[in-house]
Amino acid sequence: MTATWAAARSDGKVTMRTIRIGSGAGYAGDRIEPALELAEKGDIQYLGFECLAERTIALAQQARLADPDGGYDPLLTARMEMVLPTCVQRRIRIITNMGAANPVGAAAEVARVARRLGLHGLKIAAVSGDDVLQTLQGGDYSLMERPGTVAGLGDRVVSANAYLGVAPIVEALRGGADIVITGRVADPALFLAPLVHEFGWDLADWDTLGKGTIVGHLLECAGQITGGYFADPGYKDVRDLARLGFPLAEVAADGSAIITKVAGSGGEVSLRSCKEQLLYELHDPTKYLQPDVVADFSSVRLEPDGADRVAVRGGTGTARPDTLKVSVGYRDGYMGEGQISYAGPGALARARLALDIVQERLKLTGVRADELRFDLIGVDALHRGPQGDVPEPPEVRIRVAGRTDTLAEAVRIGNEVETLYTNGPAGGGASKSAREVVAVVSTLIPRTAVTPTVQYSVA
Amino acid sequence: MKLRELAHARTGDKGDTSNISVIAYDPGDFAFLREHLTADRVQAHFADIVRGAVDRYELPGLGALNFVMHSALGGGVTRSLSLDAHGKSLSSCLLEMEIPDDQSVRSRA
Repeated sequence: MTATWAAARSDGKVTMRTIRIGSGAGYAGDRIEPALELAEKGDIQYLGFECLAERTIALAQQARLADPDGGYDPLLTARMEMVLPTCVQRRIRIITNMGAANPVGAAAEVARVARRLGLHGLKIAAVSGDDVLQTLQGGDYSLMERPGTVAGLGDRVVSANAYLGVAPIVEALRGGADIVITGRVADPALFLAPLVHEFGWDLADWDTLGKGTIVGHLLECAGQITGGYFADPGYKDVRDLARLGFPLAEVAADGSAIITKVAGSGGEVSLRSCKEQLLYELHDPTKYLQPDVVADFSSVRLEPDGADRVAVRGGTGTARPDTLKVSVGYRDGYMGEGQISYAGPGALARARLALDIVQERLKLTGVRADELRFDLIGVDALHRGPQGDVPEPPEVRIRVAGRTDTLAEAVRIGNEVETLYTNGPAGGGASKSAREVVAVVSTLIPRTAVTPTVQYSVA
Repeated sequence: MKLRELAHARTGDKGDTSNISVIAYDPGDFAFLREHLTADRVQAHFADIVRGAVDRYELPGLGALNFVMHSALGGGVTRSLSLDAHGKSLSSCLLEMEIPDDQSVRSRA
């Protein structure tokens, strides 16, 4: 494989029968070592790490305001220390959005890690241009989720990042980058980009881009397709979740793929696990909007292909949208919260009494909250639906949460729960918290208003 | 019979929209699910949570239905006061729904 790989890298025209791409993280805080298992035993050529949730980049932007060299993923260093030696040895190229609010700063950190590990000559590409805050402030951009405009959020806006597509990542790979670090890009693009690069897919071949996007979608949440977010004892038993293997896809030039994982790792790749992940965060199956294509999942066929192997065929796509989605992070006030627990006979009645007391106290003391929530954890905190009579739980924990304009008001909510210790029914284990809320809304920006750039450095 | 006996499910979230896929263990039960698991029933099941419309999409090739529930996440994952802001547990809550006993139900695959 190494020889073939070298040939492919020195001559972009050489196509391999299949490309094997691993998924090393499904969110910012994900487990660290499954990526190493993929690099060592997965026989992969690419390793993607998807680490940016909707709000992550807004928080990263705030971190960068505090430290101009920061604003990239806090686990970048640990992940690179773990996988870089093996990736260099096996010529596995890394693609990740761990650059968050500072891809150039992240690239510099990866270079430092490489030098520390004695790895030299690595070419690192930083993809920027997703930050469109300046552009948005000069225009009239409607919010997608509710009435209003970005300008209407005023100085509360902290970040605005467009979802970039594969183009700058493909450019970086063509430029010989061993590691590509981006900020906001569409999650599947981290996996679609190497396919476009290796197979020379046309960026107007909607059918194939649709298929490649589906593969990327299946990989982007890492363990969610190999048995994570899945187990239900007695109904869906999954083995060895503590050693869950992360997925890899073996992709052919026509966009069909096998999803599998390293032999001997925990979890399962099965029809049922793949079906769940295929439909994860999907709305209309015929219109999965991406920067590069509108993917159509409706004709996807999943077929077993041996132990922990599922074949993905079908699927298609239509022309990409003229606009890019932008996630706008803004300061949305504060949230205060308090909890305390009750147990033994009558626990539910005492918990209800406690909630009544807090509700009255918040009124009596004039706490100004825009919205309040009263939960009985263990009874109705997750589902408030028509459940009929609730059986008496052996223990129940109350939770009061509220939204306020100031941190001081938010603190008072938790305080009113905590004072139940000495003023309410007998309960214990109180906790409280208050924090600023950074929320996210979306808008659309013309594709032509966004200019991705690629910057190279050599470690 | 609870829906859990025939199907598994997964929740996804985007902003204030939650989707729940409901997947028949046995694709042969898909028609039965399509008949009984309507958007209206799902809306009623989550009456205290979902404030917007519920759309249903059919994926017969997968033996699955996909429910898209609008205004379902307390104003959005990033600002919700809910303990489970992503609504990850809603799929399990949906499997609690009672559906008619199906005499033709085969054992789970």
